[in-house]
Amino acid sequence: MELLNSIFVAPFVDMAAYPDFLIQVIWEGFVAGVLYSLIALGFVLIYKASGVFNFAQGIMVVFSALALVSLHEAGVPAWLAVVLAIGIMGVLAVSIERLVLRKLVNQHDAILLMATIGLTLILKGVGELIFGGEPKPMITEQLGLPTGSTDWEVFDGIVIFQHIDIAAAVIAVLMVMALGVFFSKTRIGRALRAVADDHQAALSVGISLHQIWAIVWFASGIVALVTGIMWGARSEVSFALEIIALKALAVLILGGFTSIPGAIVGGLLIGIGEKLFEVYWGALFGSGVEAWFAYVLALIFLLFRPQGLFGERIIERV
Amino acid sequence: MADKTPDSQIQNDIILSVNNIEVIYDHVILVLKGVSLHVPKGGIVAILGANGAGKTTTLKAISNLLHAERGEVTKGSIEFRGEEVQSLSPNELVRRGCIQVMEGRHCFGHLSIEENLLTGAFTRKDGNAAIKKDLEMVYQYFPRLRERKGSQAGYTSGGEQQMCAIGRALMSKPSMILLDEPSMGLAPQLVEEIFDIVKQLNVDTGVSFLLAEQNTNIALKYATYGYILESGRVVLDGTGDELRENADVKEFYLGTGGEERRSFRTVKHYKRRKRWLA
Repeated sequence: MELLNSIFVAPFVDMAAYPDFLIQVIWEGFVAGVLYSLIALGFVLIYKASGVFNFAQGIMVVFSALALVSLHEAGVPAWLAVVLAIGIMGVLAVSIERLVLRKLVNQHDAILLMATIGLTLILKGVGELIFGGEPKPMITEQLGLPTGSTDWEVFDGIVIFQHIDIAAAVIAVLMVMALGVFFSKTRIGRALRAVADDHQAALSVGISLHQIWAIVWFASGIVALVTGIMWGARSEVSFALEIIALKALAVLILGGFTSIPGAIVGGLLIGIGEKLFEVYWGALFGSGVEAWFAYVLALIFLLFRPQGLFGERIIERV
Repeated sequence: MADKTPDSQIQNDIILSVNNIEVIYDHVILVLKGVSLHVPKGGIVAILGANGAGKTTTLKAISNLLHAERGEVTKGSIEFRGEEVQSLSPNELVRRGCIQVMEGRHCFGHLSIEENLLTGAFTRKDGNAAIKKDLEMVYQYFPRLRERKGSQAGYTSGGEQQMCAIGRALMSKPSMILLDEPSMGLAPQLVEEIFDIVKQLNVDTGVSFLLAEQNTNIALKYATYGYILESGRVVLDGTGDELRENADVKEFYLGTGGEERRSFRTVKHYKRRKRWLA
């Protein structure tokens, strides 16, 4: 009875009693969710175009953010550091395509996955060698990102919104919109979707897979940089960040590996879900729920809806 | 036999020549054992033969799509407009005007019909106006595509997908289209319709076709020249009329051979003997 009460009644009573706190929890979850979404977005881009499950997406986030911060430390102005960091991601994309993907074309999926795990280790090693292993603060102010917070008085309480979080949400929305337009309206975007549908046919109409692959890796490199800046601004830039990339895995299972809207909704669901669960039901499991909630949710999805919420429907003609 | 040029064309008028090529898959499986053929500028040439004879492999060797399937041309040469194609990527080949329509259509299922057609123009650099104009031209030839232009290609019928695949190839402004098995899985009436359009395109725009077909009957009706492939070799070639009148072709490919029915055993024997002689 006690147990049932603490599962089905007490949390909701709590929520109703302190609605301002509920809003705060949902907002925190939402912001974390936005960042999960962004990482998942990077995965989806690459997976759609090349069928490669890019394990290195997480380290790309860290690598790009560290490159940015270190450049600034070395005396480069902030705006130039951003441009250079984007350039570094471009060089990285082209070299990955040349040195890894091109050699492994036509190989089994598992081999490509292993290659990206290798890539993770290389980036991590090279990253630590160049930028050092200790965490660095993000250059939030120098980049012109807002700091501070706004209090919102509501329901006899206050909800605190960090400005950087609001900025993160806005930038994420803008970036997703830009990607949407890019995919549906431009020649390269169309080609990307064509490659995602049918490699062979794309080759046959003269679409260069090498070019497309380099472009998607570059695009997800930029997404990684943005994610790195946003995440770094909330805490700091360190290799520990890589762990959150694993959570994006759960997001992908929830949203479907091939769907951009899926990545977004999946990320938000997991972000908000795990915060709510942690705060209101966490005590039942002795807290620490946030660490595994996403994976359990993913497991449930794998059992009942393996293509995810928005996974591309398989078109079958009879 | 195989290096005889069709219709006594002079060498300059050959757009594509395949000289004695050998293709090996996965380093071990020998699929083509010396195939030679020529396509005259503005011609429609058919490669005929049964399943597994090597028709698709021949086309893929030309369009350089073999690499993606671990196939390799190990002997011989392929020249498109006098240029050796082996070192070119499919992308560069499409730029030079040679494009393949793959067997089984291979439309981009999640793209609309119009988007499919536009992907065909990927390699073009001559601006949106010219591409729009060609899109209009494709719709003129295939009015049905205009009706379905907003639909996802995956949900259209087999005939519409075939039209879409041919239209998509046309959007690259080709001088040569390699058409693999256009009749596959389509109703006879549709097959006729598609071949009519191919012929019309050939006459109007001067684009050359090399098509692989199992449907010998219809292919020989439209083709100016044909090659018959059997287990990776050209066993017979000639103009469409010559082949249609040939006793062996009638016997084995058109099914209109002798008057009286023969037992399968004699036919088999005859065929085996014929192959030896070839």
